[in-house]
Amino acid sequence: MTTMVEQAYEAVIGIECHVELKTNSKMFCGCRNEFGGEPNRHLCPVCLGLPGALPVPNRVAIEHVVRAGLALDAAIPAHSKFDRKNYFYPDMPKDYQISQFDMPLVSGGVVRFRRADGSEGSCRLTRIHLEEDTGKSSHMGSRDGRIAGSTRSLVDFNRAGVPLMEVVAEPDLRTPEDAVAFLEYLRLTFLYLDISDVKMEEGSLRCDANVSIRKPGEPFGTKAEIKNMNSFRSVYRALQYEIERQRRVLAEGGRIVQETRGWDEVEGVTHSMRSKEQAHDYRYFPDPDLVPLALDAAWVQELRSTVGFTPIAAYDRLQRDYRLSPAQIRQIVDDPDLARFLSATIEGGAAASGEGIAAYAQAVANWLLGDVSRILNERGISIAGQDRLTPAALGELAELSIGGAVTSKTAKELLEHVMSEGGSPKEIVVREGLAQLSDPTAVAAIVDEVLAANAKSVADFKAGKENALKALVGQVMKTSKGKANPQMAERLLRDRLTGS
Amino acid sequence: MIERSATEIAAAVNGRQASAVEVLDAQLAQVERVEPSIGAFLSATADLARRQALLVDEAVAAGRRLPLAGVPLAVKDNMCLSGTVTTAGSRILEHWVAPYTATAVQRLLDAGCVPVGKANLDEFAMGSSCENSALGVTRNPWDLRRVPGGSSGGSVAAVAAREAALATASDTGGSIREPAAFCGVVGMKPTYGRVSRYGLIAFASSLDQIGPIARTVEDAAAMYDVMAGHDPMDATSLPRPVEPTATALRGDLRGVRVGLVREFDTKGLGQEIDALYRRAYEKLAALGAEVVEVALPHAEYGLATYYLIAPAEASSNLARFDGVRYGLRVEGANVQEMYAKTRAAGFGPEVKRRILIGTYALSSGYYDAYYVRAQKARTLMAADFEQAFAQCDLIACPAASSAAFEFGAKGDDPVAMYLMDFYTIPMSLAGVPALSVPCGFVRDGESELPMGLQLVAPLYQEARLFAAAHAYEQATRFTLDRAPASLEGVR
Repeated sequence: MTTMVEQAYEAVIGIECHVELKTNSKMFCGCRNEFGGEPNRHLCPVCLGLPGALPVPNRVAIEHVVRAGLALDAAIPAHSKFDRKNYFYPDMPKDYQISQFDMPLVSGGVVRFRRADGSEGSCRLTRIHLEEDTGKSSHMGSRDGRIAGSTRSLVDFNRAGVPLMEVVAEPDLRTPEDAVAFLEYLRLTFLYLDISDVKMEEGSLRCDANVSIRKPGEPFGTKAEIKNMNSFRSVYRALQYEIERQRRVLAEGGRIVQETRGWDEVEGVTHSMRSKEQAHDYRYFPDPDLVPLALDAAWVQELRSTVGFTPIAAYDRLQRDYRLSPAQIRQIVDDPDLARFLSATIEGGAAASGEGIAAYAQAVANWLLGDVSRILNERGISIAGQDRLTPAALGELAELSIGGAVTSKTAKELLEHVMSEGGSPKEIVVREGLAQLSDPTAVAAIVDEVLAANAKSVADFKAGKENALKALVGQVMKTSKGKANPQMAERLLRDRLTGS
Repeated sequence: MIERSATEIAAAVNGRQASAVEVLDAQLAQVERVEPSIGAFLSATADLARRQALLVDEAVAAGRRLPLAGVPLAVKDNMCLSGTVTTAGSRILEHWVAPYTATAVQRLLDAGCVPVGKANLDEFAMGSSCENSALGVTRNPWDLRRVPGGSSGGSVAAVAAREAALATASDTGGSIREPAAFCGVVGMKPTYGRVSRYGLIAFASSLDQIGPIARTVEDAAAMYDVMAGHDPMDATSLPRPVEPTATALRGDLRGVRVGLVREFDTKGLGQEIDALYRRAYEKLAALGAEVVEVALPHAEYGLATYYLIAPAEASSNLARFDGVRYGLRVEGANVQEMYAKTRAAGFGPEVKRRILIGTYALSSGYYDAYYVRAQKARTLMAADFEQAFAQCDLIACPAASSAAFEFGAKGDDPVAMYLMDFYTIPMSLAGVPALSVPCGFVRDGESELPMGLQLVAPLYQEARLFAAAHAYEQATRFTLDRAPASLEGVR
């Protein structure tokens, strides 16, 4: 039950994400960057923080972050640097984290997203910076692995030193739905850029949320930081719960305290973890082991050319230019490889512009989401994991089927063939003589031949058995080896039999 | 053999007049004789030395020539040498065995050096007398009642006492140059970034630099030539080529303008020391140098600047010694208590003092007033040197404000100890190369104690530095024909 007073509040949500970058090696050493595996296998003096070891930055990780910034319309500064964030923690080998404080690689930017109903939303970014991940602790001897009551702790340093990108958003979001849509588009953007696996369940995407409520137009209220959300769904539930909790506190005349709260997935509630008074002084200072970064404008320009298209650009194009249905768009945008394939097919196709493009795009989308996806599923492969079917081949197939040059049955057989053997559908049609017979004179000749040879069916039809026509069409298709245009055959048969 | 220079030993081993194993045997015998009174080493690496000597002899037999074939080497114990206990002079690393080798040390091994032991130092290289070592006492071979200087006290004592022909050392604010002066040997701090820091246990990363200790300038140059050069494992390592210095030594100083620093007047150091430096400067002129006066107006802020930047970096660099992964661990009821107990037991008072100073300097609310201002002062100091070097090719000044002092002489006054580095800190802050070369002796009671002349060159001009030092050394020969007093009778 909600009262008018409670409804007057709006939520203000700020998201911070940590994204593990996809690189061959760790951020500051040559160890492998790989999820999971046996503990403490990917270690060296550098990522173990041994005395005397020194960090050397991973250039690819820096490029990933700059590309993320460019894809999100952010500014790339001419200079950046790494700083040390000092605090003691057992799974942090050096007891400081190499991070970025006042000169991040990326400033500003905006995440544009589409809600489930297709409407547009956006959220500005404060910054994106690059840092190193910590190791992982596990606690032994306690119930359910919590630190409380544990008798000893083990640390796995495989993750220590993995490049980690931190994305800080402005408090622009107002609803849990928008927060999740923001996260989905952020995730997709990084997937399109191929800079991260962005899997929340593997920890390659982790997010915290700052939540406060206020009456519209008033200054921001006191915020709580929510942690331990392990899926988009738990983000949604945690935000819903926390907003409602704060509303209740205020409605009961209470006061919101600034604190960190943990989301309990099982109980479906947030718990207070620590208050802000215990906040750390991280004593940030420039890391003297690393030289400042000069981000050359020509290099940034070169990276810009590698950004390619983003999920929101894909969405816009599929909707505006290709007129696909919302359901089709969502399916395609959610899969960067599919979106890339579709886009390559349409852009390389015959109807690259003009009115015909929507029909062409529709045909390509139907193929991709229909038979192509089915065959890929059956074979357990992805569109990017195969090289038989090329965008050009799919384009030819779409053209052949739109124009009626082959029957739909032939088209499906062609697709199966191309996805197994490769090749150009158009060339195959010519070589194998698979073109649909749509010449009325030629089809009429076959029709006459079939009528002459099937007196019983003719008699049945004339006796009122409509099914006999289907049998005759089947005979035409058989005689033409499946190439006759079935609609034309049926029309000609009916003309002959009804004598019109 | 142990009296010979590194260059002579390498020539003998390469020429197969002596084997590396023979050199090592003679060297170990000398270590056995003098080490009880000197205490240069924290640990011996005799097994490793023997294996290495055999490898060198094999290489030479196979026709290879190694620039430092068979040369006995002392490694300062803040440098990793795989398989050896590497302590940084601290209880917290007392039993830590390095699993890898520092780049500079590896280059020396590859050049044929034979490592005889790990040399004592002030704990984490913080100190100017070696008295801050938690693990051993090193005595000055010229007078056993006196300190060898620091922090590279073990390295200089080992070379002065003929326990090694060469030693690695590291300099953060004077830790090569001051002890080299105290023990009458040559010690050189290269341009920041010339020698890789990979494998050097960090004190203050933006200042730490590895350099050579030797009994002759030629040896120091040969050792520098081996160690210097870009290392992809150190992001602050200079990517520029290194020109050889040992082949660019000179016999005179004609055409060289030597700058005397107005702010470094030596009158305040006492009549004897003042007279000694005046004679040194006159000798430079006599060798053909044109002597000019230059100014380093911000040098007086050197100590204050240094004692903010170096502890700030140290407070962060030394955080990793927490008992979690390696080194000393003192158990506690929880992890915070373990940290506190481990670090309380593992670090000595000077290290704790600097961690506290550095933590304070970086704290929120003080950072701008201390750390940021210190960095600005550092920039001014670098500009001072740039302007001074517009008027001269080299700067000459004292390497230390006194000769070696007696144990305990500085008492509990850390500032009195810090002042020992007054003449060496500005060069560290500016990153310019500098060395100390023996420039005579002062008498203190019965003792005659060596003094060091510091020569300073512009960035990257190590060749010029060695060339001038060689000319001066050859013309003066203060320590070339004279061994430390304590060695008489034991040799």
